[in-house]
Amino acid sequence: MNLTLKIWRQKDASSAGAIETYQVQDISPDMSFLEMLDTLNEQLNEAGQDPVAFDSDCREGICGTCALMINGQAHGPEVTTTCQLHMRSFSDGDTITIEPWRADPFPVLKDLVVDRSAFDRIIQSGGFISANTGSAPEANSVPAPRDKAMRAFNAATCIGCGACVAACPNGSASLFLGAKITHLGELPQGQPERDSRVVAMVGQHDHEGFGGCTNIGECTAACPKEIPMDVISQLNKDLRTAMKHGL
Amino acid sequence: MTCVATQLSNRTLVKGSRSTRSTIALKLTMAISGLVFLGYLILHMYGNLKVFAGHDAFNEYAHHLREFGAPMLPYEGLLWIVRVVLLVALVAHVWSALVLTGRARKARTAKYTVKKNIASSLSSRTMRWGGLAIFIFVVWHLLHFTIGKVNPDGGPTNDPYNLLVDSFDVWWMTVIYLLAMLALGMHLHHGTWSAAQTLGLTNTAKSRATAKRVGWVVAIVIAGGFALVPLSVLFGIVTK
Amino acid sequence: MAFLDGTTQTNQPSVQVSDDAAGFYTPGTPLTDPVAPTGPIKDRWVNRKFENRLVNPANRRKLDIIIVGTGLAGGAAAATLGEAGYNVKSFCYQDSPRRAHSIAAQGGINAAKNYKEDGDSTHRLFYDTVKGGDYRARENNVYRLAEVSANIIDQCVAQGVPFAREYGGLLDNRSFGGVQVSRTFYARGQTGQQLLIGAYQAMERQVAAGTVEQFTRHEMLELIVADGKARGIIARDLVTGEVSTHLADVVVLASGGYGNVFYLSTNAMGSNVTAAWRAHRKGAYMANPCYTQIHPTCIPVSGDHQSKLTLMSESLRNDGRIWVPKNPADAEKDPRDIPEEDRDYYLERIYPAFGNLVPRDIASRAAKYQCDDGKGVGPAVREVDENGNEKFVRRGVYLDFAEAIERFGLDGVREKYDNLFDMYQRITGENPYETPMRIYPAVHYVMGGLWVDYHLQSNVEGLFVTGEANFSDHGANRLGASALMQGLADGYFVLPNTIREYLADGPFNKIDESHPAVVAAKAEVDQRINQFLSIGGTRSADSFHKELGRIMWEYCGMDRNAEGLKKAIGLIQDLKKAFWSDLKVLGTADTLNQSLEKAGRVADFIELGELMCVDALNRRESCGGHFRSESQTEDGEALRHDEEFAYVAAWEFGGEDGLPVLHKEDLIYTAIEMKQRSYK
Repeated sequence: MNLTLKIWRQKDASSAGAIETYQVQDISPDMSFLEMLDTLNEQLNEAGQDPVAFDSDCREGICGTCALMINGQAHGPEVTTTCQLHMRSFSDGDTITIEPWRADPFPVLKDLVVDRSAFDRIIQSGGFISANTGSAPEANSVPAPRDKAMRAFNAATCIGCGACVAACPNGSASLFLGAKITHLGELPQGQPERDSRVVAMVGQHDHEGFGGCTNIGECTAACPKEIPMDVISQLNKDLRTAMKHGL
Repeated sequence: MTCVATQLSNRTLVKGSRSTRSTIALKLTMAISGLVFLGYLILHMYGNLKVFAGHDAFNEYAHHLREFGAPMLPYEGLLWIVRVVLLVALVAHVWSALVLTGRARKARTAKYTVKKNIASSLSSRTMRWGGLAIFIFVVWHLLHFTIGKVNPDGGPTNDPYNLLVDSFDVWWMTVIYLLAMLALGMHLHHGTWSAAQTLGLTNTAKSRATAKRVGWVVAIVIAGGFALVPLSVLFGIVTK
Repeated sequence: MAFLDGTTQTNQPSVQVSDDAAGFYTPGTPLTDPVAPTGPIKDRWVNRKFENRLVNPANRRKLDIIIVGTGLAGGAAAATLGEAGYNVKSFCYQDSPRRAHSIAAQGGINAAKNYKEDGDSTHRLFYDTVKGGDYRARENNVYRLAEVSANIIDQCVAQGVPFAREYGGLLDNRSFGGVQVSRTFYARGQTGQQLLIGAYQAMERQVAAGTVEQFTRHEMLELIVADGKARGIIARDLVTGEVSTHLADVVVLASGGYGNVFYLSTNAMGSNVTAAWRAHRKGAYMANPCYTQIHPTCIPVSGDHQSKLTLMSESLRNDGRIWVPKNPADAEKDPRDIPEEDRDYYLERIYPAFGNLVPRDIASRAAKYQCDDGKGVGPAVREVDENGNEKFVRRGVYLDFAEAIERFGLDGVREKYDNLFDMYQRITGENPYETPMRIYPAVHYVMGGLWVDYHLQSNVEGLFVTGEANFSDHGANRLGASALMQGLADGYFVLPNTIREYLADGPFNKIDESHPAVVAAKAEVDQRINQFLSIGGTRSADSFHKELGRIMWEYCGMDRNAEGLKKAIGLIQDLKKAFWSDLKVLGTADTLNQSLEKAGRVADFIELGELMCVDALNRRESCGGHFRSESQTEDGEALRHDEEFAYVAAWEFGGEDGLPVLHKEDLIYTAIEMKQRSYK
């Protein structure tokens, strides 16, 4: 198939950017979306033009590196990561607009590459259980109720790609935040730091410049791991509990 | 189209975060003040529906509101308490809305050229403009029924029942109220569910579905209940 | 079997008679592990932890440790050493430590907890691992790995890793990879992700505490060896292009494996050998580079555009039946229309005892032979034969669930495998509930890596190597669910206890950027970057990488022979010349330039590829993942030659145009006896 691509090009973090239009020919429906971009880059390289910079690594939907806004949807039209999107989801003659994640806490570094280190700092602020190596008790000494462990696991499937932020009209990272709060908060090991964790992480989230949640659900619809909105409710509840405890 | 690159975010770890200074605290303020309004709306709607009991019953009710709690409370005492509570809720609701809107704007200064909405409802996307519309309506509504009490038929009056019926006999007046109720219904539809979520009451798929249903019920019952009165006047079910 | 406690030697050093690689290498001096412990095997690690000196807590904050890589091995080490109070500088090329490729591991992590009371023990895990590695791993290291495995699970649970649990809230286990005990802990199909997030969170906690400084989107481009000791690295900031020097008392490489030398593999796009190869060029020995694990159940290549391959969990072989059409003309047919009598269930036919559950290497080779014979299915992909002619070969075999669906019902199969089936459908566009899956082997893991001693220190003083980047624990083949175990064992429990013996002599003399070794290393990096940008040829780095991959896959893949390997060495040498004269890298060095990053990685892969072929050529035996067609039994099975090759091949860099130097470390067993494998 032949396609028209409208791609955001931006030289670096401090330059202005613009949408540029490219044509690609003979795209196989079996190609992944990123392989289609590889083809474009090979073409640009031959023509002596700067290839389009975009992030990807594992290309099997788990590392969370790839991050493209495709035709106005984070990771494109399927519920999956950009790397697992295949060209059979498009038709011959389509025009595809490709943009980077847009959020001020995720500044564009070049073309389609953004800086998501804000997520690392949110984790640094409290997204962990303090357990120094060697200090752990025997693993089966603390049973964890199965349903709670399952809920923790489901929340922990978050890959930190940032699609929730990209899709949210408020640029909020509440789904990311809620997933971590729920993951650690549902486990017995996560209880001692439960109050301080949520307060510190929410504080860092706000400090980074993410917006507040308006519970509209765009995040969960864009999430390639289909993390449900109840993690945001859990986040709110935990914060309210911490407030009650005077933190 | 061009766009200037965004500023690098503040790359430091904050210390001493407080729950009360967070966006979620603002959201809680929104939720609680919204629930205050919701409670008031239910009482107000109940009063309005008294119109179906006829001229005397309705006016009696309106008068009784002013004498409620007497002699412990002075004349109109309860009304003033309610007014103060509502005013505080209004200030809280609007103030947190403004701050949250400001934060959301700052979180995305560079817009997408193409952006689709996949999951959000129309009511959730129109909360801010809808809220503004309701605010303007309330101001007008107060001028009309509480402060001005101007009867389109014959100047100021102290007969609430007649004022009501005469007002809604005018078609455009009814249209204004119905539009306002539509805006209110939409605001309540998302607002009720959103408040439940913000209060952390929707931690399971089931409770989430329930909260969404409650949002619909609240919206339909309240907006519908209010709309019933002007519609009944317009269609001649309620007359002088 | 008899229990051996490690006090009696069970084999003699081997003596190599064959010399296939003559002329391609220089024989070197024998090598021994200078810190290998002796005595009863169960006491060796316990005693060593006591013997290794301690570092005074007040001194720790004066000691700088560089760790390259943030996967399980690197992330866990950074967290643990940070907690201990050292100054850690952590580097990764990804935009966050959490994205290291450990994240992609699906199956699980082994630990000798014996929660099922099914006869498991440290000794049995040790035994299975050495046997699984076809007796080419060092027993000291493997025993220690089995010993600390149980602590790993404790640590991970304490950190909040959400392992699968039983109804009573206790941890669940499953049996994995044909092992007879249930010792694999798992978190649905994403154990790697959950373990990595645990290590990452522990590391981020130390970043907040100020003991770990993290450098993301930074790539190590050179090792600094000053006065005989590894003292730092040169790294490039991948965003700004800035090349900076980082000095320390010790350098730890936890930079992962080099499976991407084959271009197509299950590794991440960015996984590369550069950190390890730069260290190799600075003197570190590369051990057993030819040991590659090829996984039989991957989604086949669909065309020339393919950039990576995706693994489908091995568990599929429990219920799926593998077959090809007997008649090549049936390849185009809808498989459902091919009658039973025209199908060849070749694994069940050749290996009636194990059937579809034969070990990974056997299943992989069998699929290759079927496709070589023209019986493959799926799209025909372009290949180049020995004479340089283009040919089109179907590279795929059917993995059929029709019988399983009949037996368990559609819902039964869905319950077990729905996420895998969905992934398959997403990638291929075919519905595996209706039509058989197509699978083909793909490169998955490398057992080879930088040589290390019992302390995980390489032969370069002050350079430690952990995880997949070292060679030490898996021999010639790795058992399923053991990669995660090794990464975390090294990072949490082994390295922190061995590195202190080295650091007890520190802090070492301060050196600064004016030190001649630093100046030289920096100049080399700058020169290399400039060279990539100034060649001004016609081909992208990616096209060279693809070509290298084809050579490696054809001649150094599942089935290797002397003739092919020699040919490959010639082809790779030609490719290297072409690379350095016809490469085209656009853009500049002072910006985010992904083509430039790629060029550096491909340059190193080319050199590594040549060494892998030399190593494979020298090892005229079949062991684990390494199969030499000259060394097989009468019925075509792998044949080991313990009398010649029971040694670790540690290769020293022989200079820009020199030959690599082979140092042999004999493998002597005291707690296990060598036996030939048989699956018939």
